[in-house]
Amino acid sequence: MTKTRVLDAAVVVALVLYPLLLPGYLDLGTRMIVMALFAMSLDLLVGYCGLVTLGHAAFFGVGAYSAGILAIRASADPLTGLLAGGVAAAILGLLAGTVLLRSRRLTLIMLTLATVLIVQETANRMNWLTGGADGLQGIDMDPVLGRFAFDLFGRVGYVYAAAVLALGFLVFRAVVDSNFGKSLVGIRENEPRMRAIGAPVDTRLRIAFVMSAALAGIAGALQAQVTEFVSLNAVSVEFSGEILIMLILGGAGRRYGAFLGAPLYVFMQDYLAKEDPANWYLWIGAMLMAIVLFAPGGLTKWIGALVGRATHASPLPGRS
Amino acid sequence: MSDNRFLAAFGALAVLVSAACGSAPAPERARKTVKVGIILTYSGAEASIGEAIDRGAELFLRVNKETLLPDIDIQVIKRDETGPSPDIARRLAQELLVREQVQILTGGQWTPNVAAIAPLVTEAGVPYVVMSSGTASTTRLSPNLVRVGFTQWQHSYHLGKWAAANGITRVTTLVSDYASGVDAEDAFTAGFTEGGGAVVSKIRAPLRSADYVPFLERIRREKPQALYAFNPGGPEATRFIKAYDDLGLADAGIRLIGPAAIVPDDELKNMGEAALGVISSGHYSAAADRPANAAFIRAWREAYGEASVPSVFAIGGWDGMAAIVEVIRQQNGDITLARSQEILKNWSNPESPRGPVEIDPATRDVVHNIYIRRVEKTGDGLRNVEFATIPAVKDPWKELHPDAGAS
Amino acid sequence: MRELLDLLVSLAFYGTAYGTVLYFLAVGLSVTLGLMRFINLAHGVFAMAGGYLTVTLMSRAEVPFLPSVAVAVVAVTAFGMLLERTLCRRFYSAPILDQVLFSIALIFMSIAIARYIYGPLAQPIELPAWLSGRISIGIGVFPAYRVFLIAIGLLLAVAIWFGIERSRFGASVRAAVDNRQMAESVGINVNRVFTICFGLGTGLAALGGSLGADLLPIHPAYPNDFLVYFLIVVAVAGMGNIGGAFAVALGFGIVDTIVRYYLPDLGRILMFLLVMAVLFRKPHGFAPRVHA
Repeated sequence: MTKTRVLDAAVVVALVLYPLLLPGYLDLGTRMIVMALFAMSLDLLVGYCGLVTLGHAAFFGVGAYSAGILAIRASADPLTGLLAGGVAAAILGLLAGTVLLRSRRLTLIMLTLATVLIVQETANRMNWLTGGADGLQGIDMDPVLGRFAFDLFGRVGYVYAAAVLALGFLVFRAVVDSNFGKSLVGIRENEPRMRAIGAPVDTRLRIAFVMSAALAGIAGALQAQVTEFVSLNAVSVEFSGEILIMLILGGAGRRYGAFLGAPLYVFMQDYLAKEDPANWYLWIGAMLMAIVLFAPGGLTKWIGALVGRATHASPLPGRS
Repeated sequence: MSDNRFLAAFGALAVLVSAACGSAPAPERARKTVKVGIILTYSGAEASIGEAIDRGAELFLRVNKETLLPDIDIQVIKRDETGPSPDIARRLAQELLVREQVQILTGGQWTPNVAAIAPLVTEAGVPYVVMSSGTASTTRLSPNLVRVGFTQWQHSYHLGKWAAANGITRVTTLVSDYASGVDAEDAFTAGFTEGGGAVVSKIRAPLRSADYVPFLERIRREKPQALYAFNPGGPEATRFIKAYDDLGLADAGIRLIGPAAIVPDDELKNMGEAALGVISSGHYSAAADRPANAAFIRAWREAYGEASVPSVFAIGGWDGMAAIVEVIRQQNGDITLARSQEILKNWSNPESPRGPVEIDPATRDVVHNIYIRRVEKTGDGLRNVEFATIPAVKDPWKELHPDAGAS
Repeated sequence: MRELLDLLVSLAFYGTAYGTVLYFLAVGLSVTLGLMRFINLAHGVFAMAGGYLTVTLMSRAEVPFLPSVAVAVVAVTAFGMLLERTLCRRFYSAPILDQVLFSIALIFMSIAIARYIYGPLAQPIELPAWLSGRISIGIGVFPAYRVFLIAIGLLLAVAIWFGIERSRFGASVRAAVDNRQMAESVGINVNRVFTICFGLGTGLAALGGSLGADLLPIHPAYPNDFLVYFLIVVAVAGMGNIGGAFAVALGFGIVDTIVRYYLPDLGRILMFLLVMAVLFRKPHGFAPRVHA
């Protein structure tokens, strides 16, 4: 437990150190943070419940659009926006969860794909509200807590995003460490047995689904606020795939996977797209292939195993 | 529970990140260098347009740089926006403006991306040359922005006028359901009905529609005189033409008309005979019979191979880079916003491969000829052959909506 | 009345042609998924590879259409078997997440490689004269190419049904799927069966990619663009329901065509909602046997 605390503290230290070490890359850092929060929300489903989805951007996007539209039409207060994004995504999560959670594996993947396509198509058609393919423009956020105004260099944006991520992580940690979180892992490992011992599997999965959607919606709202822009891209299949990659890259169901995978992916993408704008997909693909062949389970597992082997021979638990 | 893994991981990341920062040393400057940032879509499904623009811009530098600017270096910094992704485009623009300190920004393949970038160039005080982005209102997004591409309204509004004046009275429209498609539909309808024609019905098909057949079957039964179509071009345009041919709409006497996007010069090869006779409107065709175009085509083939054909997007890249070089030349490499804007607003080239082209100082938008073309077989294979010219076309939308803001 | 009948016939025809292409693309995935439980999202990569090979043979080496298709299918099948032997095999018992990451990595790399070799534009395919134009088939006059697609689709469906349900090889496949240990103990070489099946699946994809190249143009983003459609066919048919895939693909093609004819604006959303409704009632699709 204490070691977990050390690692939790390391997350906070990294968030604080980044702007001090790399003050010129705050926009990149903010993107890393938003992606980490989003990947963390996905981890609840993929890592802890064992449900693979290629449609999580539906919730991110609904959160982003809700916060953006609210800022333009009613209130530009950032915290109200986060709340609105989370609530809107949770409602969609409740609806979608009811339909999707009857399926598993490939069928679930396909249905989540269909969900994100439906949401994207709807956002495209309602262009009087969402701006359609031109994107939602004209968001102008009020200062955070009425005091800190967003600046061109992204200083306030970074600190604000980092604070939201830290709070999100507290919630995530509380859920994962609770009995509820442990029962989700039980469902992931052996669903029939959990059903057999009378656990309310469907209800629990549905609750986890709604939580995950709400967290994704908050990440979306955060992105809309710090970039003051929402595009159809936020509800695309490609984006859903990317966030899944970030999570698996870091390691799903391993608590810190999102914190490693998302920044690494964002960094690689930024770096490779600069070096080789036309072919960077190849290098990202090759990196993923290397991970899946040589470090299955993601980087956190691989690093954990390396460190474990180097220090002492204590047996490693498979996941958690 | 295993442990230091998280610390180790972040350590590794920090090393990577700091390596990236260290790898960009400032170049020593013996000669004057002007930094030009270009943001286009170099990867993904929409890369063909980005590649065409990039090749046009690069070819201009290759052919004319040494004659026009012998003493100044141009450093072109390329970034890949990956598609219509305003958030990524905005981040890249921020990086180019703040960290790379580019003095001129260009690209502008997608309207949403331009919209996201526009406030940044205004804030940073950098001129922004847009090489494509067909939405009429784009130029109102920033006073620093100049467009050398084209507008959907220039294409479709005048096609509508032309159709009405040439014996077509009943038309059905079929457009891809996104902003540009809706723009094109509005523009065509405006021009066509002003000319006295009637639009029988308007159909909007979802983007990347897997099969156009049901829509076309419906149109075949409506029997309009002509079908006005718009789609984003590329493989989608080919799929559309093939479906049009498969259903025998041409045999049923329904002519196909549309903006240049539905018969891109570089896709005609894929369309084959199915495209024969399609009438379109555009500001450039590779088949154009102008000396400047002949020289352009020669240089293009030399650089990119005999089979490669420049498209309407390539010409945007070429002329855009021409305007940028002019800005640098007149200021002798010392770029200021005010002077650059003056030069860009009054930029013109009577001898562009597309014919005479200039910027309207009042709107900062491109003014050029719109040609009505027909797909025909030539010595070079299928080509869009120009047969009518509407000279010096300003953007009709801005003339009809003098006060509307950027939407 | 006659008008309406005529309309329905042509909608059914075009829907069937569209469904047939979907079937080509989906049936291979149904094989690998049903038999090996391997979620291969990169299935479209093999279709794209088949298409590119056909196009290259035709334009660079001037090989006629059908021989080009045949060579492309054989080449992709061989490549698929090689890939199964070397890489895919490792993932049969791997967690679903690793399968997904593996196949996404494959998609990324193939998109980049295709773009590097062929550029971002779609590749043209010159159909032979006997496939262009329109022919009369009794119920109406239709494009020869689509008639040809439907005919091949029917032949293929029958062949696959016989291959799986009636042949000795099919019996060993079904045995290996139902109970691997039992199959091995009666002397079936399960590893070989899987290699052949994987090759078969990729070969079928290549067939769809090359035969359908005139309908679904071959371009670098191909593996992504049609992913959701063939996943729908496989999921609605249900795991391992290889015969059912044909019916589902045709049904989807026809319903989709009709919906779009009458409601062009809402067609896509409605189709996805319909698929959701079907799977809500039948979470395992129409599979006769339920595999987890």
